[in-house]
Amino acid sequence: MIAVRNLSHRIGGAPILTDLTLDLPKGGITAIIGPNGAGKSTLMGLMARLLPIQEGQVEVDGHCVARTKTEALAKRLAIVTQRVGVASRLRVGDLVGFGRWPHHHGRPRPEDHAAVERALEAFDLLELRGRFLDELSGGQNQRAFIAMGLAQETDWLLLDEPLNNLDMYHARALMARIHGLSRAGVRSVVMVVHDINYAAAWADHVVALKDGKLDFQGAPREVLTSARLSELFGMKIGVEEIAGRPTVLHHA
Amino acid sequence: MSRPLLLTCLALAGLVAASLCVGAASVSPLQLFSDPEGVKLLLLSRLPRTAAAMLSGASMAVAGVIMQLLVRNRFVEPGTTGTVEAAMMGLLAVTMLAPGTPILGKMGISAAAALIGMAGFLALIRRLPPEEPLMVPLVGIIYSGIIGAGTTFAAYQADLLQYLGTWMNGEFSGVLAGRYELLWLAGLVAGLAYLYADRFTIAGLGETASIGLGLNYAQTLWIGMVTVSVVTAMVVVTVGAVPFVGLVVPNIVARIMGDNLRASLPVMAGMGAGLVLASDVLGRIIRFPYEIPAGTIFGAVGAAVFLWLLLGPKPRVR
Repeated sequence: MIAVRNLSHRIGGAPILTDLTLDLPKGGITAIIGPNGAGKSTLMGLMARLLPIQEGQVEVDGHCVARTKTEALAKRLAIVTQRVGVASRLRVGDLVGFGRWPHHHGRPRPEDHAAVERALEAFDLLELRGRFLDELSGGQNQRAFIAMGLAQETDWLLLDEPLNNLDMYHARALMARIHGLSRAGVRSVVMVVHDINYAAAWADHVVALKDGKLDFQGAPREVLTSARLSELFGMKIGVEEIAGRPTVLHHA
Repeated sequence: MSRPLLLTCLALAGLVAASLCVGAASVSPLQLFSDPEGVKLLLLSRLPRTAAAMLSGASMAVAGVIMQLLVRNRFVEPGTTGTVEAAMMGLLAVTMLAPGTPILGKMGISAAAALIGMAGFLALIRRLPPEEPLMVPLVGIIYSGIIGAGTTFAAYQADLLQYLGTWMNGEFSGVLAGRYELLWLAGLVAGLAYLYADRFTIAGLGETASIGLGLNYAQTLWIGMVTVSVVTAMVVVTVGAVPFVGLVVPNIVARIMGDNLRASLPVMAGMGAGLVLASDVLGRIIRFPYEIPAGTIFGAVGAAVFLWLLLGPKPRVR
């Protein structure tokens, strides 16, 4: 379980998160949704110690994020963020290989190589493994970084908007892959998603943030209702049940 | 051994042979090893000079790539970001205020000044937008210009301008046994950086990715900065900085081999050593028996290569 307690965060005086308390259940996929500026990425950053915690506390399986060594956390929790700026000129295989770095610190063992192979295969990257990152498309790049997070083989995998840049095929393949991992009880996945339909289709738990506060949370079938989503995003959103799942219709 | 590394070693061996044979003193290659005078020349001048060129080239190339990974920008090196200028300022200060300081002390003060200069540069570019990579070298050039101007003014006031010229422009004709040995230390520091190769590569992925992989990012940053500063200061103190080595060599190698330092660092060191040595040999030949400083030759060629890297074709998808 990731336990978030009274978490507040300000950037340049502006409140991003305000006294947020919630539990992310272990196992399965948790989708974090909400409008732009709701604090989703900040929450991810704080949970993964990318940002220093200003107020409140986060515990990952009982380990306080602020007080646990960063090397130790890297074996419990992997995070893949959205990237800006210039791509590094690493080969895909080497990049995914660095996902094992927390485990071997420069001396890869056979099981590390095996984990890299699994991750490359899972994201359809075997053919691209010898290519440089700066010679890949945005989506291929994204997949390579997610594969690195996967190769880290941590209990928790945090993905900040993993579906950006991905085409329909690879978005579905990614969701199916992490769904399989979470079903097998291997990983607990927390992801920020913008397309509510992906959350509805794949997530076990949905957390909705608005203005740095918890708006609602629960199982997708129960919480993804027209009334709640319309209130969350401040627009009229229809929800129909199609093929047994809530499906958001926002073009009306 | 990888193919690029093998080629680098072969080229280097040829250049070493050339460097030992070429010089103002007319001694045949055979005499160098048989004649007592020839052996003396070899041990006192030719060998030290060859070693000095290789050590400074290799360590400046390593310093360059470490800086590029820490800054996450391909177009920086100590000479274009104020680190060399800061090292000179420190050296000038100690020359003016305490001229009797032993060389190691001078080196230490120069390295400390280089470290402060580099920290200042890093603090400055943190504020730049990440989507404008060309801003970083521009800010670096302005920053180094300001430090350089201050140093020049102080040197002018103290009538020490001629020193600046020797520190700024790498030149190996004055290298004799007993007067360049600090460079071995620079080479050692650059060699130790290899132990951190993985960490520097990860740091090149950015701060968030580094933290995610459990890297002690602040520590890696400091070790990198100290390495760059110490190497820069030692090269400036002993033979003078060779401009563009730290820029050109890592860029060429990264085009071919990528950024995985564990594989590419030895090639970068070898190519840096080879290119500086080649410039020095060329400088001895062009106006024989007079000499052109290696820094001048590398500066001219390096500037052209730098422009090509900035404006030329992007590496192709293979």
